[in-house]
Amino acid sequence: MIDIQNVTKVYTTKKKQTVAVDNVSLTIRDGEIFGIIGYSGAGKSTLLRCLNALERPTSGRILIDGIDVTALDAKELRQVRQKIGMIFQHFSLVSSKTVFENIAFALKAAKKPKPDIEKRVNELLDMVGLSDKRDAYPAQLSGGQKQRVGIARALANNPTVLLCDEATSALDPSTTKSILELLKKINRELGITIVFITHEMEVVKHICDRVAVMQNGKVIELGTVYELFTHPKEELTRSFVHSVMHVDLPAHLRETHTGTIVKIQFEGKSATETIVSDMLQQFEVKGNILHAKIEYIQDKPLGIFVMELIGKEDEIQRAMDYIAKRTNRLEVVSHAA
Amino acid sequence: MLLDTLLGLLPELNKAFFETIYMVAISLFVAIIVGLPLGVLLFVTDRGLFLEHAILKSVLGFLVNMVRSIPFIILLVGLLPLTKLLTGTTIGPTAASVSLSVAAIPFFARIVETSLREIEKDVIEAAVAVGATPWMIIKDVLLPEARPGIVQGITITTISLVGYSAMAGIVGGGGVGDLAIRFGYYRYDNTVMITTIVILICLVQVIQFAGDRIARLVDKR
Repeated sequence: MIDIQNVTKVYTTKKKQTVAVDNVSLTIRDGEIFGIIGYSGAGKSTLLRCLNALERPTSGRILIDGIDVTALDAKELRQVRQKIGMIFQHFSLVSSKTVFENIAFALKAAKKPKPDIEKRVNELLDMVGLSDKRDAYPAQLSGGQKQRVGIARALANNPTVLLCDEATSALDPSTTKSILELLKKINRELGITIVFITHEMEVVKHICDRVAVMQNGKVIELGTVYELFTHPKEELTRSFVHSVMHVDLPAHLRETHTGTIVKIQFEGKSATETIVSDMLQQFEVKGNILHAKIEYIQDKPLGIFVMELIGKEDEIQRAMDYIAKRTNRLEVVSHAA
Repeated sequence: MLLDTLLGLLPELNKAFFETIYMVAISLFVAIIVGLPLGVLLFVTDRGLFLEHAILKSVLGFLVNMVRSIPFIILLVGLLPLTKLLTGTTIGPTAASVSLSVAAIPFFARIVETSLREIEKDVIEAAVAVGATPWMIIKDVLLPEARPGIVQGITITTISLVGYSAMAGIVGGGGVGDLAIRFGYYRYDNTVMITTIVILICLVQVIQFAGDRIARLVDKR
């Protein structure tokens, strides 16, 4: 378990003080994939780097499995760091060393004997699917392959925690997906707690169990990914959700469709029920779907429909009341002209 | 006529050439042995790095700048007591090598520091994050990553030493440069001057060529 208690990090320069992390308290449970999302400068990276003491918090404590990482001396810290893997946005491999040597470095740091290193590196290469690249140099690898080497290096000493600092931000969408799948597999099979920093909601949607939204050094919202997607409270969270779940009507549709346009959000069970067809049968209205999207988040569906309702005014009102009652989420985009 | 002069000059040229090689070799060796760790130290004690140490960094930085700001001629004469202490004499190529070494150490150290600065910060951070000791990070990350830059630094230092060694004549150090000054410049003997300059040009070309070749070989980026 990672217990972040009132952590503040202040950078002091001659001219001014910058509060990068502002009194953050979070508990990250064993075995979960925890996301921290925010725009650059929100303090998420600084917070992550406090977890393995690459940065020392100005105040506050961080307990990882009961050990306060803010209070260790250099030697103890090196030992704890061997149990906290980290991967980076730009992979951070040593370019003058082969794939094998890059991974072996972590094992050498843990003072493992040579035969063990040889065996473990081969095991790791197998796990990340790079056995044939053992003797290649990083420059000969693609971005996705480099990140796989990074992951193998991070996992070398069987860590309990894996920190991911924008680990997919430099990758194209399909490579991002394969890296995320690999991380999910590692989380499932090895039970490693993953802390994932990102500015992409798409990534959070794909991999995280819970997520914290950071802005100006503070955690402004926290919840399961599904909660945040279905009921975002803060403006920033809404804009992140919108980046994945955007169902905006093109302007010309609003001009040509003059009926009442409503936006309906279906969550969980309601997304799989026959609410729309029930409504169309019960009331004298015609429905015209203009835009729709269904996403599966943590295997639970979330749907957004934009519909034009055509019919008599009072029938439309009753139809809308009916839907609002069954979904709790109905928003009128524009009334009939 | 010209050929005769050159042939007559040959023993002198030969001796001078090996004196140059000798002085450059010794001072380059010392510059690497002392300058490399010094350059590493200048880098790793810097702000935000794993052996951050503001006081050590400023003291070393000041010393390096101090030696580098002294004109070589003055260093050559000023270090005579030290030379006497170390080599038992104040004249000859061995004696000249002392001042050459002292001048080359900070020069090379700064080049090492600069090459280390080229390494991406997060590569070093990744090494810190796996729990490696400072010595491991220096040996397995910093030096291998900076190798092409360091090899180029050795090339630059060698060529600078060839140039500085010409002044070694002041303390009777000999060498090709000294020959050029004594025969060519003071005695207006253009044949000798041009010959020695041609030799120096060739020497520098060969060093640069070899240096570039090696730098490319060790570069895996």
